[in-house]
Amino acid sequence: MAFNPLRSLGVRAPLVNQLPTGPYYGVLAEFATPTDLFRACERVRDAGFTRWDAHTPFPVHGLEGAMGVRRSKLPWIVLAMGLTGAASGFGLQWWVHASAYPLVISGKPYLAWPAYIPITFELGVLFAALGAVFGMLALNRLPMHHHPLFRSKVFERVSDDAFFISIESWDPRFDAADTGKLLESLGARSVELLES
Amino acid sequence: MTSDRDLVALRPEQATIPPGHSWNRLPVIGGGCALLGAVACAILGAANPKQFFFSWLVSFLFFLSLALGALFFVLIQYATQGGWGIVVRRIGETAFGTVPVMAALFVPLLLGLHDVYSWSVPGAAEHDALLRWKAPYLNVPFFLIRAALYFSCWSFIALLYYRGSRGQDATGDPAVSARLRRFAGPSIIVLALTQTFASVDWIMSLTPHWYSTMFGVYFFAGSFVGFIAFLSIVAVAMRRAGLLDTVISAEHLHDIGKLLFAFTAFWAYIAFSQFFLMWYANLPEETIWYKARTEGSWMAVSIFIMAGHFGAPFLYLMGRAVKRRGWTLAIGGAWVLGMHFVDLYWQVMPTLHPEGLRPSLLDVAAFVAVGGCFVAAAGWLMRRQALVPLRDPRLPESLAFENA
Repeated sequence: MAFNPLRSLGVRAPLVNQLPTGPYYGVLAEFATPTDLFRACERVRDAGFTRWDAHTPFPVHGLEGAMGVRRSKLPWIVLAMGLTGAASGFGLQWWVHASAYPLVISGKPYLAWPAYIPITFELGVLFAALGAVFGMLALNRLPMHHHPLFRSKVFERVSDDAFFISIESWDPRFDAADTGKLLESLGARSVELLES
Repeated sequence: MTSDRDLVALRPEQATIPPGHSWNRLPVIGGGCALLGAVACAILGAANPKQFFFSWLVSFLFFLSLALGALFFVLIQYATQGGWGIVVRRIGETAFGTVPVMAALFVPLLLGLHDVYSWSVPGAAEHDALLRWKAPYLNVPFFLIRAALYFSCWSFIALLYYRGSRGQDATGDPAVSARLRRFAGPSIIVLALTQTFASVDWIMSLTPHWYSTMFGVYFFAGSFVGFIAFLSIVAVAMRRAGLLDTVISAEHLHDIGKLLFAFTAFWAYIAFSQFFLMWYANLPEETIWYKARTEGSWMAVSIFIMAGHFGAPFLYLMGRAVKRRGWTLAIGGAWVLGMHFVDLYWQVMPTLHPEGLRPSLLDVAAFVAVGGCFVAAAGWLMRRQALVPLRDPRLPESLAFENA
């Protein structure tokens, strides 16, 4: 397997974003209102499912709590990247100015640390920002050019007026028949099984 | 998720100090400290008046900066129509309610004007071309007129906002909020100008040959981060004491913590920028101030401020959990507040002791005296009022506030 720097940080996201293979992608359930979806999410969470998601046309306040989403690892990536950037900025200037090409500038010492601060700060911010953007993409398994959810015709309304829960087939609690029935009992307007 | 049904307005008894509660004794405790401190100042200061006036100046600036930081905090909430902070706004209103007391505490300094400000000594400008040039600004009558002007402006704004907010408790008139919002913008401009010139008059002119064009912002940054630190301590202490423990939530503490973190970085940005440009240009009339603070034991204090006013709290306050737990936030706030005092001490004291750091018992005595007055005044106000603006139209929003 190719070297994956994210994996060494404990991030389980392959650089080439692929979903696990199997006969099914999972179950997709459609709900009519955000309230229905919200209550269904709480029940799915309480049933112990871990590999699932909710899809809405607009942000639903508090939904992450109803889904039991754990806090992201992203802040740690940003912190590590920020510190790396700051250290690189300071180190580069130190090395160039005091070792590789020593030069007296306006009577300042070689290690003129105050002069290094702006670049140190800027590189720290730059690395942190890049870490935030690309870390977010990696944790979200993006870019991904196709997703099995797009096979569903009803799912097109996710950007309009419908609310969805998808439970993935590699969830340990997934069962093609029972999981669909569970979602139906939670008030789903329609439930369909999606091929992968 | 909070539904609209949860948003009942507070009952007044949830937001007042109950009879017999230990916080009712704050005016007495503060008054006792003030008396004790004043006696100690009188005894110790008689032998060393110069030290007394400098110690008094540091403590006066420290507590005044908290009051001014509080004024800015409340003004910015009105100007931005902020919702989250309504439940802690009255802590700010109480803190800036002490401004008239701070004006009275300024008076002792006038007795030692010649001891503290070398430019005020008669004849100081005679053989000093720079002081002659600055004399139209740096002269005693104009200095006094300006001080009177600053305190008038601050007292006027403080009274306007304190009375407006208290009045709304009785009437519940939402028009009060709209009116105070309209005044907030101009008030911030007045506050920024007066605070800038006050810092020039009272701190910068200690070294009358020196000038820094960003000194006003430096003082502002210290005063605001100092007040936020103070706010975090008071909010946590109130929860611990059973006051507003159902009102101020971890969400509010989290936001106070974010402000504390952000303005720790802002203070560092300003403090470093002031130093950096002077260090880089290396002009004697600018570097003189930093030279005095990088010699002898003052250098140790300078390094301590860099590490302690920025480095340590920046790393400590970065995490989310630290800001949401009461005691961890209060530790951060207490540390930053202490560093704010060290910062002011470091700005003022090298004028008196250029040879190095010379702590004095008078530093403690003056702190206890001024701090006692501050606590007594704030505690007296707290007893007379609800601890939150009970009928502010945004109170329900603040009570239900959640960080996204």
